[in-house]
Amino acid sequence: MAVQAQEGLAPAKPVFWNDPRFRALIYQVLVLGGVIAFGAYLVNNTIANMEARGISSGFGFLTKTAGFDIGQTLIEYNAESPYWRAMVVSIINTLMVSAFGILLATVLGFLLGVARLSHNWLISRLAAVYIEVVRNLPLLLQIFFWYFAVLRSVPGPRQSLNAWDAFFLNNRGLYMPRPLFESGFSLVVIGFLVAIVGSFVLARWAKKRQMTTGEQFPVFKATLGLVFGLPLLAFLVTGLPLSWEYAELKGFNFAGGMRIQPEFVAMLIALSMYTAAFIGEIVRAGILAVSHGQTEASYALGLRPGLTLRLVVIPQALRVIVPPLTSQYLNLTKNSSLGAAIAYPEIVLVFAGTVLMQTGQAVEIIGLTMAFYLTVSLLISLFMNWYNKKIALVER
Amino acid sequence: MKLAKALFAAAAAVGLSTAASAGTLDDVRGKGFVQCGVSQGLPGFSNPDTAGNWTGLDVDVCRGVAAALFGDASKVKYTPLSAKERFTALQSGEVDVLSRNTTWTLVRDTSLGLDFVGVNYYDGQGFMVRSDLGVKSAKELGGATVCVNIGTTTELNMADYFRANGMDYKPVVFEKADEVVAAYDAGRCDVYTTDASGLAAQRIKLKDPNAHVILPEIISKEPLGPVVRHGDNKWGDVVRWTLYAMVEAEELGVNSGNVDDMKSSANPNVKRLLGIEGEMGKNLDLPNEWAYNVIKQVGNYGESFDRNVGPNTALKLERGLNALWKDGGLQYSMPVR
Amino acid sequence: MADTTQDYTPGSHPDLPPPSSEVGVIGWLRHNLFATPLDWALTILAVYLIYVLVVPALDWMLFSADWAGETRDDCSREGACWVFARVWSKVFIYGRYPVEELWRVNLTFIIQFVGLAALMIPGVPYKKWTGIFLLIPYPIIAFFLLYGGAFGLEPVETSLWGGLMVTLVIAEVGIVASLPIGIVLALGRRSKMPIIRAICVAFIELWRGVPLITVLFMASVMFPLFMPEGVNFDKLLRALIGVAMFSAAYMAEVVRGGLQAIPKGQYEAAQALGLSYPKVMTFIVLPQALKLVIPGIVNTFIGLFKDTTLVLIIGLFDLLGVVQLAATNPDWLGFAVEGYVVAAVGFWIFCFAMSRYSMYMERKLETGHKR
Repeated sequence: MAVQAQEGLAPAKPVFWNDPRFRALIYQVLVLGGVIAFGAYLVNNTIANMEARGISSGFGFLTKTAGFDIGQTLIEYNAESPYWRAMVVSIINTLMVSAFGILLATVLGFLLGVARLSHNWLISRLAAVYIEVVRNLPLLLQIFFWYFAVLRSVPGPRQSLNAWDAFFLNNRGLYMPRPLFESGFSLVVIGFLVAIVGSFVLARWAKKRQMTTGEQFPVFKATLGLVFGLPLLAFLVTGLPLSWEYAELKGFNFAGGMRIQPEFVAMLIALSMYTAAFIGEIVRAGILAVSHGQTEASYALGLRPGLTLRLVVIPQALRVIVPPLTSQYLNLTKNSSLGAAIAYPEIVLVFAGTVLMQTGQAVEIIGLTMAFYLTVSLLISLFMNWYNKKIALVER
Repeated sequence: MKLAKALFAAAAAVGLSTAASAGTLDDVRGKGFVQCGVSQGLPGFSNPDTAGNWTGLDVDVCRGVAAALFGDASKVKYTPLSAKERFTALQSGEVDVLSRNTTWTLVRDTSLGLDFVGVNYYDGQGFMVRSDLGVKSAKELGGATVCVNIGTTTELNMADYFRANGMDYKPVVFEKADEVVAAYDAGRCDVYTTDASGLAAQRIKLKDPNAHVILPEIISKEPLGPVVRHGDNKWGDVVRWTLYAMVEAEELGVNSGNVDDMKSSANPNVKRLLGIEGEMGKNLDLPNEWAYNVIKQVGNYGESFDRNVGPNTALKLERGLNALWKDGGLQYSMPVR
Repeated sequence: MADTTQDYTPGSHPDLPPPSSEVGVIGWLRHNLFATPLDWALTILAVYLIYVLVVPALDWMLFSADWAGETRDDCSREGACWVFARVWSKVFIYGRYPVEELWRVNLTFIIQFVGLAALMIPGVPYKKWTGIFLLIPYPIIAFFLLYGGAFGLEPVETSLWGGLMVTLVIAEVGIVASLPIGIVLALGRRSKMPIIRAICVAFIELWRGVPLITVLFMASVMFPLFMPEGVNFDKLLRALIGVAMFSAAYMAEVVRGGLQAIPKGQYEAAQALGLSYPKVMTFIVLPQALKLVIPGIVNTFIGLFKDTTLVLIIGLFDLLGVVQLAATNPDWLGFAVEGYVVAAVGFWIFCFAMSRYSMYMERKLETGHKR
């Protein structure tokens, strides 16, 4: 009965073009149609243009011989290697400068953030000036400054700056002794790995023990001893299976040893100093976001300042810090593409530069380059989301 | 939305230059000037002075084409291009002709949608080093750091050469020619490699040009010449025959000074070239005095060479391979008939 | 002894001055610089840093610098040589723009600065009209002034543009274009229509996931391939489109943050009043959302302004590009640092001013809804 009555009162069905669902459908069809049409138009033009200009297409070029050399190669590569290998080399170079940059920027950024909050007036002012100057200058300008202005003024190979005849700095790069691992060194590595696994086990055991008995175990000291002691022991037992190869001036340049090229150094300094300025602000905001009451409550519970910082303040600050930190890491990785401007052989210079020039296959190469950056972005955000979830507030 | 429309209208007004697909020749004639792709500054080949006037051997090709088309060699606009951008700029129609010390290779001729129309300078790749290194031959360059420009044939030749001679080296690859020179000058590299003519040209830019030597080895063939888009044959013909007309004129002894007197020459070859006899211009879809205009305003090949890169210029290049074929060189014009 | 008996009844003694070690310069120093041994160490470290880094830099830049002269021979090389900056100053600002036409560039930017000042300084009337003028007629006027080709103005090819002028043109076009596109994308991403949402998400994430360099490469290398045979965009315009798309994606995320912060009740109340979607957005939601994210928007602008330097990699000459050009000029080799300092000061002034203005606006628009 009631149902019938309601039916009688139901509003008249709107004309179909006034129905929001219908409208939504129409809008979406129109937009989708527009996007598809536009995409088809571009694809069509591209195909027509490529045909008209006789530009070859497809990814077959990747297996052809590259025929050029790269200045910094971490894996086996020479001019006879195929293009895909050149791509891998350049990707590794990109990842290397990004990884070291992230590490350095994080350390420097945390220092800056803490310095900014320091009670010492001079220190907090210095940090503030640093942050305001560095983050308001274009990164490319900073890269140019470090590369063209600073590293160019370093002397040539024959007048190298020399430290203990082991480290040499000249305008070809920084030369360091290279470790030569002899047989038996693998035992040291194994010792190190065992120590790490051991410390994890130890930490779990200690926590369990504290939960049940309330007794603490000096985990930190034990871990330190384990991680340093075990490899050292293995090192001594196997009879010091390590020697150093020193760089020597031979002909034009230094030969032997490990070389860090100036382009890498310039990129690393510029990237980490620039990103650190942003991280510093993020860290400051994160620490300020933890209310002072938390610290006071923690003191009231009898925790010492060190423990308060470690167990109360930092875990809560991290929650605020991590999301913007993620985007800074992403930015740093993307900014490493500026290496192309100073001859650092990363993916944009080598792959979207030399390889593009030689093959002329712009669509495929720019596509692959973008795909690489998208993948890295995705991986970093996935990792950071996972981490974020791990440290997120567990509400009851 | 209004704003977007206004912006788009403005954008359309600047940017959209519609090159009719009828062919570059009609198109160039329609707009009244030749858009010429040149280097970003290579003395002797294409180099702007402080007032922005371009001169050089490569520039003379473009001026010649403008003279042939319009009877006025000044109707050229120049687009400076890096080695990396040059082919895209030509493919996309940003420039009508690329005259920018570009090496003619099979791959470039076939897979980039381009056509090389001739060679205005026969060159080869060389090496330059600081003289105080005491290097006498390229064979002694093992272990060297080499500065090179991205997107050039030299990057590949160098790899081949060092590998063939079992030598190790470190390349440092820059985007812009000026940066390569600056890096070499600042001592980032031991060796600077590019076309031998380029070395001579860039050496002028160094702080102390005399402190550097060019090594005797020439490790490759680098025929440099103007490029047009593939399939644009009528336009290609115009550029090609402008080039030949300049060589032919030198061969026939016609130059910018005597070209008016030469009009009354009895030599049928000269008569054909200057448009007194025959209808060479009509075949090219050009005015019949096309070659006369080229020679009068730009000069013959020899004049252009001497003026821009010859022994009396800062580059001090000998004719060498670029002498006329009768003098033992490679410059040879197809018969104008 | 009667003299020493106290003259005051207990409790009525006037307050003694605080100990001298707690107030004045000494007190300030003790509290802010030398409170603990660690503070002592840090202060000494900081003073040392200033002594090692800042003092020589100031000496180089100001006290030992050469200011007068016309050629590089006038440089003593004991400090910075600002002769270099003077000689190249025209190029730094205008690029190779023809000298007799420079008044056009000056006029364009004078109009703009007057307009912007009128818009930003509170108390100047007719803000609405100034805003409309700057957004609609002004770009057209600026275009014809800078590019010419009409009203008897000589056309000036964009290849002759350069320096600060190009930096400002790219940044401003980027700013003006990216905000509306960003808002549309943000609304699309928040839309309930799945296809539209998917398209917007894909667009935003694609641009945000790749570096600007690859976008610019795409604009310079692949754009010509995308266009039909014979249609060709100006190089500067291609870069502008790339920059605008790129910053629009970042802008979209900033605006989305603002949209998410608006309580649902606002939407529902507006709908209950019978407002249509465009009205809900333009009158209720966006004004509140945009106000919330002003710092984010300005940060994106600052990022965009700094990113304009990247166009030098595709062969356009912005401020940094011309500085680099001057620094590699054979007659002026060895003055790179001076050039970078000039460019740095130029960029820093703009970026710093923007960030300060955003802080000011934030305070001014603060309406006390903060929870």
